[in-house]
Amino acid sequence: MSTAINPSVRRAQAGTTEPAWVRYSLIGVALTFMFFFLVLPLAAVFTEALRKGFEAYWVALQEPDAWSAIRLTFLTALVAVPLNLVFGIAAAWAIAKYEFTGKAFLTTLVDLPFSVSPVVAGLIYVLMFGAQGWFGPWLQAHDIKIIFAVPGIVLATVFVTFPFIARELIPLMQAQGNDEEQAAIVLGATGWQTFWYVTLPNIKWGLIYGVILCNARAMGEFGAVSVVSGHIRGQTNTMPLHVEILYNEYQSVAAFAVASLLALLALVTLAIKSVVEWRHARELKATAELPQEMPHA
Amino acid sequence: MALFSLARSHKAARVLPGFNITLGFTLTYLSLIVLIPLSALVFKTFTLTWPQFWEAVTGPRVMASYKLTFGASLIAALVNVVFGLLVAWVLVRYNFFGKKVVDALVDLPFALPTAVAGISLTALLAGNGWVGQYLEPMGIQLAFNPNGVVIALIFIGLPFVVRTVQPVLEDAEKELEEAATCLGATRWQTFSRVIFPSIAPALLTGFAMAFARAIGEYGSVIFIAGNMPMVSEITPLIIIGKLEQYDYAGATAVAVVMLVISFILLLVINALQAWQRRHTGAPA
Repeated sequence: MSTAINPSVRRAQAGTTEPAWVRYSLIGVALTFMFFFLVLPLAAVFTEALRKGFEAYWVALQEPDAWSAIRLTFLTALVAVPLNLVFGIAAAWAIAKYEFTGKAFLTTLVDLPFSVSPVVAGLIYVLMFGAQGWFGPWLQAHDIKIIFAVPGIVLATVFVTFPFIARELIPLMQAQGNDEEQAAIVLGATGWQTFWYVTLPNIKWGLIYGVILCNARAMGEFGAVSVVSGHIRGQTNTMPLHVEILYNEYQSVAAFAVASLLALLALVTLAIKSVVEWRHARELKATAELPQEMPHA
Repeated sequence: MALFSLARSHKAARVLPGFNITLGFTLTYLSLIVLIPLSALVFKTFTLTWPQFWEAVTGPRVMASYKLTFGASLIAALVNVVFGLLVAWVLVRYNFFGKKVVDALVDLPFALPTAVAGISLTALLAGNGWVGQYLEPMGIQLAFNPNGVVIALIFIGLPFVVRTVQPVLEDAEKELEEAATCLGATRWQTFSRVIFPSIAPALLTGFAMAFARAIGEYGSVIFIAGNMPMVSEITPLIIIGKLEQYDYAGATAVAVVMLVISFILLLVINALQAWQRRHTGAPA
C-alpha cells in the first residue's frame, strides 16, 4: 500500500498529522484523564453499592422510602418532560419558521434557566409560593401546599429542564428551512397535517435527543429540588435527595444502591443518545448520496 | 406585544400557519415558569434598604464564598480548556480502539445526576478511597477542602469544552494545514499558527460555559467540599444556609448577586458564539 503512494503525497499527509509517538502519548494522556475523571467515579458507584454483597443491595432497594422516592422521581419526570416537550415544539416553530422583531432576545430568554444556579431556581419558587411568599397567605387560606410538597418539586424541575428540548429543535428547524412546509400548505395540507407529516419526521432525532437529555436532568436534579422539597421522607424525597439523606446518615451501601439506579439511568441515556446520533448521521449520509434531482425540461 | 410583532414584509412567513398560537404559548409559558418567578427575586430585594443589602452580600463569610466559588470555577474551567481540547483533538484526529465508547462517555457529566457524582468522587478521594489511600500518605488531600471543589467542578465542566471544540475541529479544512506544511511550517507551527486560531473562539466559548456552570453548581460540590465556613463553603450553600435560618431577604440578596453574574456570563457566551459564527462563516 505505502509503496504505491507518491512521495510528495506522503509528505503532505505527514504534514497533517503528528509523529506516532506524539499521537500515542496524546491518546494516552487523554484516556488517562478520562479514566480518572469519568470511568473511576462511575465504577465507584457500583462497587460501593455492592460492597456488602447483592443481598444488602437488594434489601436497600426494597426499602419503602426508597420506593416512594423512585415513584416521586418518575412522577416528576412524567409531568416535567411532556410540558417542556410541548413548549419546545411551540417555541421552535415560532422562532425557526418566522422572522419577527425581538427574536434574538426571545432565544436568549429561552436559554436563561441554563445559566441560573439550581439553588436560585429553587429559591424563586419559595419566594412565590412559600409561607412568606407572594401567594403564600392565599395558598394557606385555601389549604394548598406547593412548597415542601410535590407541586413545588415539579415546578422547580420544569424550570431547570426548561430549555433542553427547545434548544435542540431551534437550530435544527432553522437549518431545515420552510420549503417543505410551504410546499405542503400550497398542496392543500392543513397546518396540523403539515406539522405531523412533514416537520415531525424531519425533526424526530433532534426531538428524541432533547427528550432523553431533558428526562435525565429531570430525574437527576438535586439543587433546585432540594430547596423546595423540605426533605420529608416517603413524601417529598426524590431519588437524588434520598441519596443525600442516606449518605449523611452514613448508610453508605443504601445511598450508593439508590445512586446506582441513577447511574444506570445515565448509562441508558448515553446509550440512547449515541444510537440517535449514529442513526442521524447515517440518514444525513444517505440523503447526501442520493442522486441529484434532474430538472424537468 | 409590539416587541414580538411579525415582520409583515416577509412573504414566506405568512404562508405557514401557527405563528400567533405558538408564539403566544411560548411567551405565556416563559412568563409563568421563568420570568414572573425571577422577578419575584428582584422585588424581594426591594424590601431591603441599600445598607442592609450591602451587608448581606459583602459579609465576611459571603466574601470568602465568592473567592472560593470564582477561584475554583476559574481553575476548573482552565483545566477543562486544556484537557477538553486534548480529548476533542484525540477524538477527531486519531483512531484507537474503543473510540466510540470514549466519545459517548464524554457526556457522562451531563447525564449523571450531580448528587451521584458528588458522593462517588468523595468516596474515591476520601482517605480510605481507591485514589485517596495512595495520595494521603504523600500528604495530598483532595476531599473535604477547596481541592475537592475544584475536582467536582472539573468533572461537571468537561463536556462543555469538548462538545464546543469537537465540531469546529471536524470542520477544519485540512488543505490549510497541507498548505502550511508545503510552505515549510513545522507541525507545531501549523498547530499554533493555523489550527489554534481557528478553534480559539470555540475554546473560549467552552471555557465560558464551563465557568458559568461551575459558578452555579451545588449538588456535586457539597458532598466533597467539607463545607467549612470561610474555607470551603460555596456561594450557593450560603443561600441555602440563610434559607434554613429563615433569612429570606439575605438569601435573596446573595441570589440576586449570583443572578446578575449569570446574566452577564450569558451575554458574554452569546457574544462569543456570534463571534464564532462570524469566524467560521457557518451557522453553529
